Amino acid sequence: MKRMAVIAFNTFKENLRDKILYNLLFFGLLLIGSALLLGTLTMGEQQKIIKDIGLASINVIGLLVAVFVGIGLVSKELEKRTIFTIVSKPVPRYEFLLGRYAGLAFTLFVNVAIMTAGFFGTLLVSQALPDAGLLTAIGLMFMELLLIVAVAIMFSTFTTPTLSATFTLAIYVIGHCTADLHALGEKLHGGLSKWLINGLYYVLPNLACFNVKGAAAYGSPIEMRYVLTSLTYGAVYTAAVILVACMIFQRRDFR
Amino acid sequence: MKPLRMSGLTKEYRLGLRQRRVVALDHLDLEVEEGEIFGFLGHNGAGKTTTIKLVLGLLHPTSGSAWILDQPITEVAVKQHVGFLPESPFFYEYLTAQEFLTFYGQLFGLGGTTLARRVEELLELVSMKEARHVPLRKFSKGMLQRVGIAQALINDPKLVILDEPMSGLDPLGRRDVRDIILRLRDAGKTVFFSTHILPDVEMICDRVGILVKGRLSAVGPVQDLIGSTSITAIDMVVEGIPDRIISDAERAGATAVKRGGQVLLTLSNGLEVDYMIDLVRMHKGRLVSLIPHKRSLEDLFVQEAGGVRT
Repeated sequence: MKRMAVIAFNTFKENLRDKILYNLLFFGLLLIGSALLLGTLTMGEQQKIIKDIGLASINVIGLLVAVFVGIGLVSKELEKRTIFTIVSKPVPRYEFLLGRYAGLAFTLFVNVAIMTAGFFGTLLVSQALPDAGLLTAIGLMFMELLLIVAVAIMFSTFTTPTLSATFTLAIYVIGHCTADLHALGEKLHGGLSKWLINGLYYVLPNLACFNVKGAAAYGSPIEMRYVLTSLTYGAVYTAAVILVACMIFQRRDFR
Repeated sequence: MKPLRMSGLTKEYRLGLRQRRVVALDHLDLEVEEGEIFGFLGHNGAGKTTTIKLVLGLLHPTSGSAWILDQPITEVAVKQHVGFLPESPFFYEYLTAQEFLTFYGQLFGLGGTTLARRVEELLELVSMKEARHVPLRKFSKGMLQRVGIAQALINDPKLVILDEPMSGLDPLGRRDVRDIILRLRDAGKTVFFSTHILPDVEMICDRVGILVKGRLSAVGPVQDLIGSTSITAIDMVVEGIPDRIISDAERAGATAVKRGGQVLLTLSNGLEVDYMIDLVRMHKGRLVSLIPHKRSLEDLFVQEAGGVRT
């Protein structure tokens, strides 16, 4: 546990010293700030525009950090062979992977927290008040990011960084369309294709359940039960993906 | 207790679509004794790094077993007593030398003043005190190698495994590494290191093993392998002797090269030397120098490797 914390802290330190993270964060804050300008161009809906752009910016920037830094977490270690000196220490491989994951999760948390502060600051400037609905939306978004990081790490334990990025982004896109997959499966009349489509529906993550941005921007109520169910689903799915990643990583040869 | 033991250690790879079988290491049996410096020799691709990676759990063996301090290598806890320097080390370049050593120390469960003192000692040992706050990305190859050795010693290990610790270093750097290895032995550690720089091995190793195409072809004390008294040739430089004597020497099996007033005679055994010295004295010539050539580790290596290169 202590070793895992050491690796997590080192990962956080590594991310802090990475310029890409600052660039993304700066860009995110700029996007959120730009909502003020765009808001003035619309009639009456200014605060809704700011909320829409703010939430979308946090989502996009968070996703970019999760995918690209997440993939680098393991593949950079393999490419630069720094993994040799870690695995040759009394560190079980799963501890290394979990430590790296925790480090990036904390980085993402800090990142999302800074962008949220920027977002709420922008709202205050436009004389709107941040509400619990917005925080709930950001919380679910963060859960989604944790799941995406787990997927990115899992792919990077056995394939190249480019393929990992492609697969992870593909999972993200399909993950937001699983309802369509389900509808398609219902329309098919049996056979292999129905079986395959239904299989994909159950195996792929349902990321749409973490998306309450629309309701939050409109100020519609979000049920607590829905939030808790989504969070539990996200946590279980993330744990399962990390478990698979650990199993693959355990069997891997570091040539 | 054996610091390191391998029995039938084998690693095979399957390459390409046809899953072509490549044997990187073939049934290696080897024991390293406590407190010795063991040199692991072999040309590039002979399987040295594969062996080290298998022992440290970076690769999974196809068959066979290995033990560190009589514990199977599958026990992660046994690595608590092992120090390792990989070949051409790459480290976290965003860390400074001090942060880097502290990080590795923490992985061994060290902390507080014990770790701070240890980091201080090691920075001193590898002469890196001045560069303690410099990020590793600004380090030269030699500095990285030194700080790499320091991280291998952070846990005060009983067994130190170094993969090509002298490669890419200048003569001074190599001497420093050699000195550190000798100091480790004096401190009672066992050192297992792979290399292809033979003079270093001859100078510091107690025993060597020669790996050829994944198979161990020779193992033993350096002196036993190269023969402590076996003289392969003798160079004799003389002057002031008549040509007739040179012809006599050539008939007796020597090769002769004239250089101004001097003649270099290369003789193949001691008996010829006595005969030639008598001849030189008889004809009032002068013996300038007499240099015996011993069989070197390099000769043995070339012989064992049989000129095989991959």
